[in-house]
Amino acid sequence: MNADSRPVVNSHFRLQWEKTQQAWVLLYPEGMVKLNGSAGEILCRCDGSRSIDGLVAELEAAFAATGLRNDVVAFLDHAAQQRWVRLA
Amino acid sequence: MSRQPGPPLWLLAELTYRCPLHCVFCFNPVDFALHRDELGTEEWLRVLNEARTLGAVQCGISGGEPLLRDDLEIIVGEAHRLGYYTNLLTSGVGLDEARAARLKEAGLDHIQLSFQDSTQEVNDFLSHTRTFELKERVAKRIKEHGWPMVMNVVIHRLNIDHIGRIIEMAADLGAEYLELANAQYYSWGHLNRDQLLPSREQLVRAEAITNAWRARLGERMKIFFVVPDYYEGRPKKCMNGWGNVFLTITPDGLALPCHTARMLPGIEFPNVRDTGVREAWYDSEGFNRYRGTAWMKEPCRSCPEQENDLGGCRCQAFMLAGDAAVADPVCSKSPDHGVVEQTVAHAQQNGPTAQPLVFRNPRESERLARPF
Ligand code: SF4
Ligand code: SF4
Repeated sequence: MNADSRPVVNSHFRLQWEKTQQAWVLLYPEGMVKLNGSAGEILCRCDGSRSIDGLVAELEAAFAATGLRNDVVAFLDHAAQQRWVRLA
Repeated sequence: MSRQPGPPLWLLAELTYRCPLHCVFCFNPVDFALHRDELGTEEWLRVLNEARTLGAVQCGISGGEPLLRDDLEIIVGEAHRLGYYTNLLTSGVGLDEARAARLKEAGLDHIQLSFQDSTQEVNDFLSHTRTFELKERVAKRIKEHGWPMVMNVVIHRLNIDHIGRIIEMAADLGAEYLELANAQYYSWGHLNRDQLLPSREQLVRAEAITNAWRARLGERMKIFFVVPDYYEGRPKKCMNGWGNVFLTITPDGLALPCHTARMLPGIEFPNVRDTGVREAWYDSEGFNRYRGTAWMKEPCRSCPEQENDLGGCRCQAFMLAGDAAVADPVCSKSPDHGVVEQTVAHAQQNGPTAQPLVFRNPRESERLARPF
């Protein structure tokens, strides 16, 4: 995973905002993962159009924060391992 | 404990009890043939809407064989429009190209293809004949339409020794997930339990073979192997808790916490023909009866493990101990555990069982005319 990779949610998963759960959920055959706030904010931006650099910049702007890179990369590593995302 | 229950997250829509197959482990009620009055299309669409409003997001569409309903595409289409993730649980019988294309267009997300079997079909399946060819065609079709492919094979005493071949075939067919679920001893599986419960030796061997295949296939195919709870000493947290996240609607409209719960005597479950889904889920006596832990008797009441399994399965308690409110007898702490031990001991012996297999069909169903 490098700064130019563009993560995208894998086609066999569907990411969706669930009003009743007030959370982003990942749906897949006979299963579902409820994402916590930051995981949801990252994944909903993984549409293959943003590089990791772009993602980090956008999140830092949206949440008026700095130094998010390590957390974002760690989560994306985890997400790739779970096959939630792949790198486009 | 009186927490306000959360919403149902999973809706299982059993569209029909009709089925062209005759599985000896079928989970439909033994007296299914007495419940022929199926909900109509409009009623299903209303149920989908109401459950979605409550928060249900996973939708399983099963039966029987759901492809026997001509309005399946309409139901799937509405579920998709409402934002459900839609899973079709099918034997594949009737999934021709035209229907597959229509279901794709309706927005179906996933097909779980089961390898059903009667003993005849096990043989078919294992010898690459008719059944295998049908599954092969259907499996190809599923892949061509870009659906993820989950295969489900019910494992039991009569096919468990062929598990390596079963895994190999699933891999050849390109499945991404393979569920090797041991038969559950409810309904028809309960009638046929002595013929279906594998021996410990069979299980150990099957697990070893499965693990070897896991190592060989790696990420290519994920294999789940579910051991019968009779061998576990602790019950499963059935349905992740009674009335906790699962909602089943039967073909004739009963709202249930689990698809086998209609067997329980003395509980009036609401029918969606005259009760809204919200009222059924939150307010009905049936859904509230075994929620949480307040209903428990000893040994569960003072058991430190009660949150792990919530006392196990109410239907199993009723079937094996005659009382739905006692500990699930598969628990080694249950005073009724002896019945499970006896059954397990019996399964270690070789040789034929006294009673022949009972195949699921409407004639047997009417003859037996009992819930399980
Ligand atoms: S278990 Fe077999 S007989 Fe029962 S509904 Fe499924 S396919 Fe039909
Ligand atoms: S005694 Fe009851 S609560 Fe405790 S482990 Fe057994 S079934 Fe579960």
